[in-house]
Amino acid sequence: MFENFSLFKRTSELESKIDQFFDKLAEASVIYRLAVRGYLREGASEEFKERLDTVGELETQADSLRRDIEQKLYKNILIPDSRGDVLGLIETADDVLTMFQSSLWAFYIEKPVIHDQFTSGYKRLTNMVIKAVDELALSCRAFFRNPHAVPSHNAKVTLYEKEADKVSSDLKVQIFESKIKLVEKLHLRDFVNGIDGIADHAEDVADRLSIYAIKRLT
Amino acid sequence: MIDPIILLFLSSGLFLGWALGANDAANVFGTAVGTKMVSWRNAAIICSIFVVLGAVISGAGTSQTLGKLGAITALPGAFMTALSAGFSVFVMTKSGLPVSTSQAIVGAIIGWNVFSNQATDTSTLTKILSTWIICPLLAAVIAIVLLKLSKYFGRRLKISLIRSDAYKRIALIFAGALGAYSLGANNIANVIGVFIPVQPLAELTIGSVNFSSTQQLFLLGGLAIALGVCTYSKKVMMTVGSDLGQLSSTSALIAVISHSIVLFLFASQGLEALLLKYGLPTIPLVPVSSSQAVVGAIFGISILQGITAVKWHVLGKIIAGWIVTPVVAALVCFIGLFFLQNVFGLVVV
Repeated sequence: MFENFSLFKRTSELESKIDQFFDKLAEASVIYRLAVRGYLREGASEEFKERLDTVGELETQADSLRRDIEQKLYKNILIPDSRGDVLGLIETADDVLTMFQSSLWAFYIEKPVIHDQFTSGYKRLTNMVIKAVDELALSCRAFFRNPHAVPSHNAKVTLYEKEADKVSSDLKVQIFESKIKLVEKLHLRDFVNGIDGIADHAEDVADRLSIYAIKRLT
Repeated sequence: MIDPIILLFLSSGLFLGWALGANDAANVFGTAVGTKMVSWRNAAIICSIFVVLGAVISGAGTSQTLGKLGAITALPGAFMTALSAGFSVFVMTKSGLPVSTSQAIVGAIIGWNVFSNQATDTSTLTKILSTWIICPLLAAVIAIVLLKLSKYFGRRLKISLIRSDAYKRIALIFAGALGAYSLGANNIANVIGVFIPVQPLAELTIGSVNFSSTQQLFLLGGLAIALGVCTYSKKVMMTVGSDLGQLSSTSALIAVISHSIVLFLFASQGLEALLLKYGLPTIPLVPVSSSQAVVGAIFGISILQGITAVKWHVLGKIIAGWIVTPVVAALVCFIGLFFLQNVFGLVVV
């Protein structure tokens, strides 16, 4: 009986941790976009490295929040019939942050030479990916507060992912039709795939989320 | 101090109370404990307190109805009636039929009526029989209404998943307390109802407060149910919890609330007085089956959720229980009374 007196405190703490986790995802998404645009403008500058470090910190903080959420869910036996879904969601969403970090590390280490003719394509691709991730973050938040809103957010995730696929295909065509060396073409293609892969993963998370939301609504 | 002989005769009723506590507490708190939303310790404490309160405060209504069915006048007769009901419950449980203590005690009383050549009050019997059908149906209707309301408000209030979990835990405790109170009020008649007309206990005075034989019986019966809850309900609660595990936590909560409301409706003298005051038809105060109320509620939820695969074999078993349980109890009671009277030379009528 007495544990119920602290129940609302524990509940508020958990809610706050989950909110913080999705804040990290949204923040990382903004920084990622700025970092890629910065790279396209001035290469692996000091500013780019700072942004890479910021994304790394956000990823570490999100990892720590994820572990905290897992512990709170299992230690305090909260939401017993949905905690598996919540953990699945947090873990797969956490992978998006890892992908942001990996993508920026690849830019920093491999320093691809992106010719002016391709920069607009990379910008558009990054924009679409970020829009998909932002919409995913909204969808995840909606899952906790208003599961009825999840399908409309997920529809947008899918839309942006499709658009990202289209942009990435066009960009790859443009790269391989250009006069640059094959090795450069292959290098640039990998970066297109790396960025586009984030939108693909966002769509996978949204697909899982759709099932979790249906379970909540029935 | 209670005379040991009287206590011996009361033991069959107290055993019935123990069995009731061990089994039916699971209908009240099984889902909450099985899903780990409420710890068994807390459930047992709340259940025990409210079962005793329900029995002592509101147990009179259903006991009077059973008294009208057959007023047993000798203590050994009451002993055998309760024992045969308990024995039938045991046998039926072993056979895997969803048995109801309420149905067993009604059969046993009819067995006593037949043995003692007393006419069974058919209007009371009809009233009781009708509640066996009405009880699960009413639970189903209440569950459907509650589920509709929860969906309506759930959509508008937009409570977060984590916060709603906390609310559900609190609601399960309140619903459990109401359920335990209603269980005590409604089913205490099964435990000690047959002993009330005999008035086996002397009036007890503590300070300036007098406790009648009936009040002491209600307390003893309530304590027996509470003992059953504390000593043996854990395993049953875990089983019921996992059996109902396919339900969402909201549906499980609604099943428990519906069950509690139905038991309360069939036990509340206050509600009966209120309905009478406004000239409305009253709800008969009859001990009903707690298990069948839960099954009825789940049936209602399943219908609303569009689950078309009705478990007909479960429904068939319940209907078989309505017939087989009282018949077995009546037969056992008749034979037992014959032995008590002719072999042991006890006055049973």
